[in-house]
Amino acid sequence: MPRKRYIQAINEALFEEMERDPKVIVFGEDVELAIFGDTRGLLERFGHDRIRNTPICEATLAGMAVGAAVTGYHVVLHMMFSNFIYTGFDAIANQMAKLRLMTGGQIELPLTVIAGYGGGRSTAAQHSDTPHPLLMNLGGVNVLVPATPADAKGLLKQAIRTKNPSFFLEASGRGGDSGEVPDGDYTVPFGRAAIARAGADITMVAIGSMLKPALSAAEKLNLAGIDAEVVDPRTLVPLDEQTIVGSIEKTGRAILVDEARDRCSAASHIAAIIADKAFSSLKAPIKRVTVPNVSMPYAPNAESRVLPSEDRIVQIATDLVRSKQLA
Amino acid sequence: MNPTNEQLVSLFERMTLIRLMEERLRADAGAGRLPGAVHLYIGQEAVAAGVCANLDETDWITSTHRGHGHFLAKGGDPKAMMAEIWGKRTGICKGMGGSMHVADLSKGILGANGIVGGGFAIATGAALSAKLSGNRRVAVAFFGDGAANQGVFMECLNVSTLWQLPLVFVCEYNHFCEFTPTVTVTAGEIADRARAFKIPCEVVDGNDVVAVWKAAAQAIEWARSGKGPAFIEAQTYRIQGHLESEDLFLAGGKYREKQEIEEWRKADPISRLAKLLVSMGVRTAVQLDDISTKIAGIVEDAVRFAEASEPADPELTFEVMFAGQKP
Ligand SMILES: Cc1ncc(C[n+]2csc(CCOP(=O)(O)OP(=O)(O)O)c2C)c(N)n1
Repeated sequence: MPRKRYIQAINEALFEEMERDPKVIVFGEDVELAIFGDTRGLLERFGHDRIRNTPICEATLAGMAVGAAVTGYHVVLHMMFSNFIYTGFDAIANQMAKLRLMTGGQIELPLTVIAGYGGGRSTAAQHSDTPHPLLMNLGGVNVLVPATPADAKGLLKQAIRTKNPSFFLEASGRGGDSGEVPDGDYTVPFGRAAIARAGADITMVAIGSMLKPALSAAEKLNLAGIDAEVVDPRTLVPLDEQTIVGSIEKTGRAILVDEARDRCSAASHIAAIIADKAFSSLKAPIKRVTVPNVSMPYAPNAESRVLPSEDRIVQIATDLVRSKQLA
Repeated sequence: MNPTNEQLVSLFERMTLIRLMEERLRADAGAGRLPGAVHLYIGQEAVAAGVCANLDETDWITSTHRGHGHFLAKGGDPKAMMAEIWGKRTGICKGMGGSMHVADLSKGILGANGIVGGGFAIATGAALSAKLSGNRRVAVAFFGDGAANQGVFMECLNVSTLWQLPLVFVCEYNHFCEFTPTVTVTAGEIADRARAFKIPCEVVDGNDVVAVWKAAAQAIEWARSGKGPAFIEAQTYRIQGHLESEDLFLAGGKYREKQEIEEWRKADPISRLAKLLVSMGVRTAVQLDDISTKIAGIVEDAVRFAEASEPADPELTFEVMFAGQKP
């Protein structure tokens, strides 16, 4: 399998889906020159009717995505940094997430919203959020958090073929990471987690950007004689509860690694599911490694103080496995 | 009314301070010495300086992601700004905000802003507060031509007119929204949007500080005297990239011609003011050079201060999140 960069895999998915279906259109601020690189080259290939720069007006863009999707296009709306989802949030929360139910199921909303998320580059509080919890809580939108180039491509293609709205959240810092990407047409189904690393002693559920530190933490733990399993949910809505619960039943210990703020994070949601469905298998308390309930500070040292790190994961995992205490 | 000779000299000083600070940031960003992203104000100095020279320290401004010029023009401390951008605890926001968020409440600087259009409603609220308390303060909202396409602009034009708020809108038409030429995403004239509300409106050469100063003096006086909002569009040009290291994002893509930049360099606002001061016999070229040398020293001191300062205090993240409350 050829190795490709994360951002390149996304770009390929867009090319292939636009090629496949003339009803796929892309719009957003600066998509023509592609500030993240994911939409690069689409204008030259597909022209202005299929991809275009918009004015800066997220409230309208999110609403337009709904309108164009309801009336026959598959819209890919690029919202750049995920913080700008907030600027467009009314149409997302009040229209996109609700219209299908309110119309008694009359409408279909084939639309995909792309946005980059996460910190680690000192872009400060308004360019570093990880807002999947907010989106998960809406109920009416899918939330995709691909961590690898292969999953990015497969999930985006799946999203573009789906009749429901999906948020495709790009792990910003991972744009340059490479991985193996299958050749040819393939999709990754929603709601199917991946076991990124098999292990027996402890389960780490690592969300999106957190897969990388979780995997390297697992390697470190391995040297210390702790065999960690790493589960990548890949999509948060829908969520593959079965794979997560199955892993806990095997290992009896859970660490949930999430770059969202702790309060009402995906990690807390998954913790609740584990407590509910795998309680009798637990040998230790369920632990969350998340961002504390603060805005992202700018200074690099302050930012690394709050971001989940490999070291923090290793520390917590070690304590968890070594402690004989039950919850 | 025209600025006095001494006022012209202090405009020259202020614009030179902004320019030399920005040039230094450009060099340090290029050398990879700064965290995060910096958006520079080079070429637009006359706008911030010409407007803020007409404001009292107690007046309010809201700024943008390109906010260093507004901060310095409104009397912000160069050392504290530099240290902020370096991510140090002596920074004006203690290293928590960085380049895109420089703010000094004691100087009426409500903050630069990472959200395009984020300042409109904040300035409108400050103007409401001024009106309610009868303190004769004025609020100025600086914003870009790109931000003018956010719906909140219209909403603030409406409410400020309706309630006759002491608010001055200052649109800096620098021709670009990131890599998108403004004309390609903007219908009609931005100033006409204000005219539709019968707001007094001036479109000025934003590289002519005297023109900006005169328009601002009038607009601010209008607002201060309780007649409601005023609007200025200053036509200018962004000389630097959208952000430093823009070429990395562009990856060979192009949104403007080098020659266009060179044309605008000829209309450099600081050289124009210098020429005026010399031709009027207010200062000689040598005297102006002396001023610039003195200001270069201030910039040098600011950098030295920033470099020598301690990094931000990571624990402060938790202390300042709320007033008197734990996060
Ligand atoms: C709500 C929001 N949308 C998009 C962006 C990304 N962005 C940052 S600056 C910018 C262009 C702004 O253009 P303009 O208002 O003209 O200001 P300029 O950069 O020209 O000073 C964009 C789209 C943002 N920061 N905030």
